[in-house]
Amino acid sequence: MSQHASVLPSHTLPTDNKPQWSVYTDTNGSFLRLQGEWTLSSSSTVLFDPTALSSVPRGQTLKIDISDLKTWNSALITFLWSVEQAAVKAGLQMNTSTLPAPVLRLMALLPSTPSPHQHHVVERVNPFEKVADLTLSCLNEAGIFAQMIFDATVGALYILKGRSFMRKKDLLTDIWNAGPSALLIVGVVNFLLGAILAFVGLIELRKFAAEIYVTDLVGIACAREISAIMTAIIMAGRTGGSYAARISTMQGNEEIDALAVFGIPISSYILLPSIISLSLMMPFLYIYGTLIGICGGFVVSMTMMNMSPIGYWIATFDGVALKEFIFGFIKTYFFAVFIATASCRVGLKAGRSAADVGIAATRAVVISIVGIIAMDAVFAVIANALGI
Amino acid sequence: MCAAPALSPQTTQPLIAIRDLTISFESRIIQQNISFDLHRGSIFAIMGGSGCGKSTLLKNMIGLLRPLSGQMFVDGEDYWTQDEARRSAINRRFGVLFQSGALWSSMTIGENVALPLEMFTDLPPRIIHKLVQLKLGLVGMEQAIDLFPSEISGGMCKRAGLARAIALDPDILFFDEPSAGLDPITSARLDDLILTLRDGLGATIIIVSHELPSLFAIADDGIFLDAVTHTSIAHGSPTVLRDTCTLPEVTAFMNRSSSIPHP
Repeated sequence: MSQHASVLPSHTLPTDNKPQWSVYTDTNGSFLRLQGEWTLSSSSTVLFDPTALSSVPRGQTLKIDISDLKTWNSALITFLWSVEQAAVKAGLQMNTSTLPAPVLRLMALLPSTPSPHQHHVVERVNPFEKVADLTLSCLNEAGIFAQMIFDATVGALYILKGRSFMRKKDLLTDIWNAGPSALLIVGVVNFLLGAILAFVGLIELRKFAAEIYVTDLVGIACAREISAIMTAIIMAGRTGGSYAARISTMQGNEEIDALAVFGIPISSYILLPSIISLSLMMPFLYIYGTLIGICGGFVVSMTMMNMSPIGYWIATFDGVALKEFIFGFIKTYFFAVFIATASCRVGLKAGRSAADVGIAATRAVVISIVGIIAMDAVFAVIANALGI
Repeated sequence: MCAAPALSPQTTQPLIAIRDLTISFESRIIQQNISFDLHRGSIFAIMGGSGCGKSTLLKNMIGLLRPLSGQMFVDGEDYWTQDEARRSAINRRFGVLFQSGALWSSMTIGENVALPLEMFTDLPPRIIHKLVQLKLGLVGMEQAIDLFPSEISGGMCKRAGLARAIALDPDILFFDEPSAGLDPITSARLDDLILTLRDGLGATIIIVSHELPSLFAIADDGIFLDAVTHTSIAHGSPTVLRDTCTLPEVTAFMNRSSSIPHP
């Protein structure tokens, strides 16, 4: 009597219970003989070799002899399915009536000829076409980006009129996430950067007995570039990534579709709170980051050089002009608008699966960081032209 | 409590025995004092209205949530007193079909079915591929082996989820709302498939559902959970409960009536 066997726990079978099969022909006809335990443990799973059927005369019926079959599970079904497919190919009939009823029920579900596989279409595109596509999509994205900024501005104007699709609660949550809850990481990173700048600067400046200029080095570097860029990069990873992940998950749950059906503009509902919160908070994070960075430089300088604390601060205030802060403040505002818009766009464009959420988050961070650096280069040229 | 006699009296040790199980979600008690036996080869239905804790009970049974109190015996072994390694060994006897299929979206359908086989058996890749074809063939999805979950329909996702659930030839299968969201024909086909798999694989099936036609067609035992009293109020096969149970909640549910007559 055949019995079901579970795959697990797997156990080693005695050799006499190993699954064996043979095809033989005698006076009663052709037989496929199955012996032993047909279970899924590694030592005992066998594949059917279709050439074995060549000994069976064409047009004959292949009967199955299961007198020595012991336990079985999917391993046997897999095997019998291969036999069935091979028999159809070889033009043989199969008489399965001797098989146990459960086996027959499962066999009935399986097609006797392999069905054609569906593949997902992978198109081969030639490099020129690819470059052209890329250029077009860049232009297209630039257009969409401008459109999104425009929509958000219109949405913002509606707020002034007192009619807006943006929820105050969403805005407050976003402001909290983009501002106060980022204080710690922005502080730690800027403090360490200020400290590193002072440390490296002091060692080099000492060679020229110009250690006093470390205050200018730390102050100007932080205010002009380092704090602005680092804060923007931190916020791109922290907040931009989370916007993209959140929006692409909403996309997967058809939440965006639901908004669209109700006629709630996505630009106001999702984009606006993101842009407003990030662009409100980031300039202040930058100011905070710069001050913390200067503190980092101060701490290192105090331990490495002989200078009074008051003297350090006076030298810093003398060296760093207010215009540096104003320029950095304006710069980070544009970084924030870029990060928020790009991240939301990436999220809205994402696919609907879990893997797509990961791709969207990565892409949002990469695009934001590259954009920040590129924008910073443009700002450097502008600053040079304006003589700041 | 409305208890109907089981269709065929069982004398052997139950495969799963639940004793005084109290389940909670966060700090809220969902169901308490649930006891029932699950016999080999049966199809057991967990019934009840929306929000009564059917799916939560299922999550407790498959080890995703720890019950507040009570025991679950699997083949006589107290599941929750075992260490984690033993529990996951027991879990490998379980196959679970989640409500929406829960296919891993970064893998093709074939890879989804192959993963448990690759993780828990030493089978060579050729045989794994053959087995994956078999499992997908059994649910009629062989042609979709190279497609990604995002490229197939909801009903196909369910069938692919079923193929993955039976990948390791489990002897206990859990189905969470298998026919929810499917059209009547697909749903009836799935019922047939469940019956065939039960007979063919010799599995025991626990099904969470409130789809009446499907419950009447396949389940031969079950419990009815009540959302108000937070406990099971009836025990028996859906057809027997429909025909004999006099509790108003159960009668209303089984006859799809919108009003519960108050005594």
